[in-house]
Amino acid sequence: MAKEYPVKIEAHNFNFHYGAKQALFNINLSIPERRVTAFIGPSGCGKSTFLRSMNRMNDLIDGTRVDGHMTIDGVDVYSKDVDVVTLRRRVGMVFQKSIPFPKSIYENITYGLTLNDKVTKTELDHIVESSLRKSALWEEVKDRLHHSAQGLSGGQQQRLCIARAVAINPEILLMDEPCSALDPISTGKVEELITELKDSYTIVLVTHNMQQAGRVSDYTGFFLMGSLIEFDRTRTLFTSPAKKETEDYITGRFG
Amino acid sequence: MILTSSQISTSRRLLGLFAVLIALTAAVAVLGVILGMISSFVANGGTSLSWSFLSEFPRNNNTEGGIWPALAGTTFLVLLMTILGVPIGTATAIYLTEFAKQDSWFARSVRFAVNTLAGVPSIVFGLFGVGFFIQFMGGGIDSWLGTSSFGDGSLLWSSATLAVLTLPVVIVSVEEALRAVPRDLREASLALGATRWQTIIKVVIPNAVTGILTGSILAVGRGAGEVAAILFVGVTYSSEVLPSNVTEKFMHLGYHLFVLSTQSPDVDKTLPLQYATTLVLLGLTFLLNLTAILIRSRLRKR
Ligand SMILES: Nc1ncnc2c1ncn2[C@@H]1O[C@H](COP(=O)(O)OP(=O)(O)O)[C@@H](O)[C@H]1O
Ligand SMILES: [Mg+2]
Repeated sequence: MAKEYPVKIEAHNFNFHYGAKQALFNINLSIPERRVTAFIGPSGCGKSTFLRSMNRMNDLIDGTRVDGHMTIDGVDVYSKDVDVVTLRRRVGMVFQKSIPFPKSIYENITYGLTLNDKVTKTELDHIVESSLRKSALWEEVKDRLHHSAQGLSGGQQQRLCIARAVAINPEILLMDEPCSALDPISTGKVEELITELKDSYTIVLVTHNMQQAGRVSDYTGFFLMGSLIEFDRTRTLFTSPAKKETEDYITGRFG
Repeated sequence: MILTSSQISTSRRLLGLFAVLIALTAAVAVLGVILGMISSFVANGGTSLSWSFLSEFPRNNNTEGGIWPALAGTTFLVLLMTILGVPIGTATAIYLTEFAKQDSWFARSVRFAVNTLAGVPSIVFGLFGVGFFIQFMGGGIDSWLGTSSFGDGSLLWSSATLAVLTLPVVIVSVEEALRAVPRDLREASLALGATRWQTIIKVVIPNAVTGILTGSILAVGRGAGEVAAILFVGVTYSSEVLPSNVTEKFMHLGYHLFVLSTQSPDVDKTLPLQYATTLVLLGLTFLLNLTAILIRSRLRKR
């Protein structure tokens, strides 16, 4: 597994419970730095749960429990002395339903920046521009930065959410089915964006679209009913899967 | 007896028609009663309603003159009640929706208390006001500061009593407004490294502002019409001056109406005054509801 690149995130005997219901069973894997890692699998198999365990978004749900380890750069994110806020600034997240805040485009991007730090107007302007450029949105919105973000199209809103996450300069970007609500053209733009961003960020992408995983990811993990069935280089997993379940799924005989 | 399908559908249709007819009659009756009430108040009180009626003090044992101190007293009361009650109610609602574990016994007790509070007769709040605010708090403050102005009924303790009375209205409507803020919006904020508090202040409350305002106005509406709860905690039947600070007694529109109609030496003579006072009370309520509707539609448009 992923020995060719330095390991960024690692799960070790990781289990996750929603109250009495166990959603993840003994997950072990290493996610390489500055690559795109995709998770595929039928709906309800635990992809989102696993992704949300990395920035501890699941902490917000009453009654959840983890055991085992989830480490980033070798530090267990669930250990007592990890500050969740700092963790989430290092681990950005883009959601399936891209909801911009009901504020201006500019304020959406500066939201994370101005929470704790005093940042000068010039710096903010600069970061807004560079984040929007990175998310391939600058040309489309540069003349209406101070208009409401809710006037943007669905695809633009999703790229804005990526820009918003990129603006706080995280090391990791978690994306949970970022294209599932987008038309093919917007999807193409976001995929292109993901390929560009992987030079600077470790990207973990959940998708129910196998073609998408094939197009943009370097590594792919296949989940089934809360277990990680197989994890390998994307090309290997799609051309010569080691497990029968994986083969059934990617050849469409399942789900 | 076996009915054919066409017989069944005919009898069903008749039944349906009958139900619609009943509902319609009821709706017309309600509308009629309301219109009748309003027109009778306008017909009987309209002529006494004038600028001087609103701006003058009552004279001659409340049988002549205006209602200015009652109007002003009600306004002061409601304002102070809002200042005391809305922040506490909002804070409670924020605690319940944003922080409490939904099935913890503490959250459940608070919810139970709020629901119970909503069903308590208002006169009981008045007694609570006497025992808790006037005697316990007021008496305590007096013996602590060496004053004598707090241990008696006043604008302050009446407002506090009404604040407690309207607390359920505020809590329930603010809670509803907070819950309506999409979960995704909160998560987006938290995922950007915001703390819970930052998320509440910067995302949740701005998105729930309509509900918070509406809740406050509903509470004000409820408080403005309330008489029983303030009977023992500071309302007075006549006053030569407006209260100059919150520890003084005050006049109140609803109570004034009660006084005019039952305590006056010449009830018949004050009849026009009663109707006019009722009109003012109704007008105030209408104004508050209108404001709530306007705020709601204005904010919804944004
Ligand atoms: N908040 C929750 N409470 C209880 N069970 C949940 C919750 N969220 C997800 N689950 C359950 O956990 C399992 C995995 O869900 P999820 O991670 O969302 O799957 P995926 O993203 O692969 O579709 C599912 O069976 C789902 O029903
Ligand atoms: Mg999911």
